[in-house]
Amino acid sequence: MSGISFAAPWIPLLILLPLMAGALSFLFGPRGHRSLLAATMTGIWFSLIRLILEFENAGLQHYPIGGWGAPLGIDLRADGLSLAMLGMTATVGSFISLYALGYFAGDENRGIRFWPLWWLLWGALNAVFLSADLFNLYVTLELLSLSAVGLVVLAGDRDSLAAGLRYLLAALAGSLAYLMGVALLYGAYGTLSLERMAGLFRPEPANTLAASLITVGLMLKTALFPLHFWLPPAHGSALAPVSALLSGLVIKASFYMLLRLWFEVFPSALTEIFTQGIGSLGAIAVFAGAWLAFHQEKLKMLIAWSTVTQVGYLFLTFPLAAASSTSAPAALSGGVYLAVSHAVAKAAVFLAAGAMLKVTDEDRIDRLEGVGRHLPISLFAFAMAGVSLMGLPPSGGFIAKWLLLNAALSSGQWWWAAVLVLGGLASAAYIFRVLRRCFLPPREYAAFHPVPLVMPLAALSLAGIALALGLAAAYPLRLLQTGAPLLLEASAPSTVAP
Amino acid sequence: MIGGGLIYAMAGVVLFAIGLYGFIIHAHLVRRLIAFNIMGSGVFLVLVGLPQRVAGTPPDRVSEALVLTGIVVAVSATAFGLALVRRLYDLTGETRLPNDPRPEP
Amino acid sequence: MSAVYGPIRQIAAALAWILGIGLIAAIVSLSRPDFGLAQLVEAHLEESGVRHPVTAVLLNYRGYDTLLEIAVLLLAVLGILAFRPPGPATIPDAAPDSSPVLAALSRLIVPLIVLAAGYLLWAGAHRPGGAFQAGAVLAGGGVLLRLTGTIPSFESPNAWLRVSLVVGLGVFLAVAALPLFEGSRLLEYRTAEAAMAILVVESALTVSIAAILATAFIGAAPPRIRCMSPSRPAHSAEGERAGQS
Repeated sequence: MSGISFAAPWIPLLILLPLMAGALSFLFGPRGHRSLLAATMTGIWFSLIRLILEFENAGLQHYPIGGWGAPLGIDLRADGLSLAMLGMTATVGSFISLYALGYFAGDENRGIRFWPLWWLLWGALNAVFLSADLFNLYVTLELLSLSAVGLVVLAGDRDSLAAGLRYLLAALAGSLAYLMGVALLYGAYGTLSLERMAGLFRPEPANTLAASLITVGLMLKTALFPLHFWLPPAHGSALAPVSALLSGLVIKASFYMLLRLWFEVFPSALTEIFTQGIGSLGAIAVFAGAWLAFHQEKLKMLIAWSTVTQVGYLFLTFPLAAASSTSAPAALSGGVYLAVSHAVAKAAVFLAAGAMLKVTDEDRIDRLEGVGRHLPISLFAFAMAGVSLMGLPPSGGFIAKWLLLNAALSSGQWWWAAVLVLGGLASAAYIFRVLRRCFLPPREYAAFHPVPLVMPLAALSLAGIALALGLAAAYPLRLLQTGAPLLLEASAPSTVAP
Repeated sequence: MIGGGLIYAMAGVVLFAIGLYGFIIHAHLVRRLIAFNIMGSGVFLVLVGLPQRVAGTPPDRVSEALVLTGIVVAVSATAFGLALVRRLYDLTGETRLPNDPRPEP
Repeated sequence: MSAVYGPIRQIAAALAWILGIGLIAAIVSLSRPDFGLAQLVEAHLEESGVRHPVTAVLLNYRGYDTLLEIAVLLLAVLGILAFRPPGPATIPDAAPDSSPVLAALSRLIVPLIVLAAGYLLWAGAHRPGGAFQAGAVLAGGGVLLRLTGTIPSFESPNAWLRVSLVVGLGVFLAVAALPLFEGSRLLEYRTAEAAMAILVVESALTVSIAAILATAFIGAAPPRIRCMSPSRPAHSAEGERAGQS
């Protein structure tokens, strides 16, 4: 099942290319940033496609850095889950980059500072999804958090500064909790490799404490209720492309780590108390987030609270996957598919909102009348992406919720099914609130500025992809399911009832 | 036989707890960053001390290297945080986050 | 210590106590470790190109962690430079610190600092030392020079500074990628080539780390300190006291 690919450089390239681009973009500033963007994006896509082809041929891709191999060296690894995440990052990242070209067109200063930070963030994301070493994951997580905070404060005003500081403190606390957990596990087993740890782990109290610390740290970074307090101000006050990549990509990285760790390394520690508990927090997040989203005055804050809601859905994966071996594949595929669809749809929504806000120079929802007439493309993108967020067909969000519903019903946990269905209604409420405003005729004194075409087009493309994920779900799902046997085997009946 | 590492690890835990307490109760941002550093030192002590909890084990080079990396990461984060706090103070004259319920100045 | 909101303090204390006791219990209950890792480190030490095991781990076995770590350092300074309004490349001090003691001391110490940094860098191959230590010492020298006004403050880094900030990460990435062209894996170096690669990377890292840390110090200072202008934002009395420094 595990293939050794010797000289294929695709895995390291996926990490090296964005890091190199970050260094170069800082060095050269505004000169040549478009060529750098084109070259690096081409390189990343080329490497990703080659990697997927290798994976289809040879299965799990293993890459021991330096030729040393775990436990001495650090291993990189690509399975179906990693590839799905990498594909999500590349897709959303590419369109956000194109959008950013238009967004920063009149704003040279911020544009110069955006690119190095964004490249390093992209590199950090790829590094997280490919890493198979516990401590290495800590360093990549820090790289991710610091670049995210840097991008939040890029806006330069007082609100984003405070929001960025709050985000930084939360991120640092989360990382330290994670590191303490890793320190305990390393002290117990003497290895940092995910695979070795998976073989050695036993559900003893000390290890359970370590797993709990790791989980709390990652929950803080994914903004699961009640540790979500930092997210709405940070995502709401950041610049539109930054909000898109924060909500779309950054929080998925820590969620990915939770999935990877719980279902591959310590599935034997999964207890019903834990899974039902974390699912309950998710359910609270779904309804509380939707309620608060509906009552927001500013558009970006509404979308940020929507992220809190969607993160709640993601955590339903845990009770659904751990319940039985029959529901596990559907639940895990559903959870990951939801993460990917949400990334695409949420990014589209933030990008569309950014265009709509730039057109009117307003950020309040009740001032958005008339946008429909001036920015039809953006509004259409918002609506299409909203379909995915609500979980209506045809969209990636629908497929994901369908899978999760199947898992809920097949494992007899009808209460989660209720959460999924009712949550969709709640999401619809706040989406329609925005749409209703935008279709109203404009106020007499409203002024509308032109917006570079690439911005609405990028939003529209992402929204289209969100829909396409609903129509062409077979291939991505097959990639996920064939590629993550570790995930699926481990989630089988080794779960322990309390 | 209990090795010296166990004492270090326990000291690390104590520092972690103290740092956590300080991180939560203080509103002043610089104090919170200091508390974060204390927590970090605690984690590093655990990382280095645990592999040596049994007397007679040779020193663990890997955990020493990990702590070196961790220190650099902590320094980077602290530097960034301090610059942000400084800027916030410049803009608002405040050294705490807005909407902070804690009454400490 | 002023009065803090009651419930927060109690919750924090409870959390700290529970976590502390729980962790200590966990630590004490751990079984006897079985570490093959130390033997692995020793066994491959010759191939790694250096004689000190920690340097071998940092720059060879787990060199990838160090690569990401220098990216984190660079990121910190990029973040510090990111949210400031744009400004000139050099800002002369209106009234540089003219303490004669500091000036004399810096004339004595800075050359010694450079010497010490060079030694630390070289020593890293066979005893505790290396790029990070050397870079940090050099950065200390940079801070000293800034305090005496020898190094001017700035708003945006000039070309040379940019190069020094980036050279560490850039060289490390290049050295890491080189084996890929020869059909080997990322960062795959053995014995003599490893020694050379580590030397090159450590030198570049030293320059960058010094530049990054010094820039973080200089760049984080607010405009009123930089320009020594008399205007100050309105703030509380405590702020006034803090502003005197």
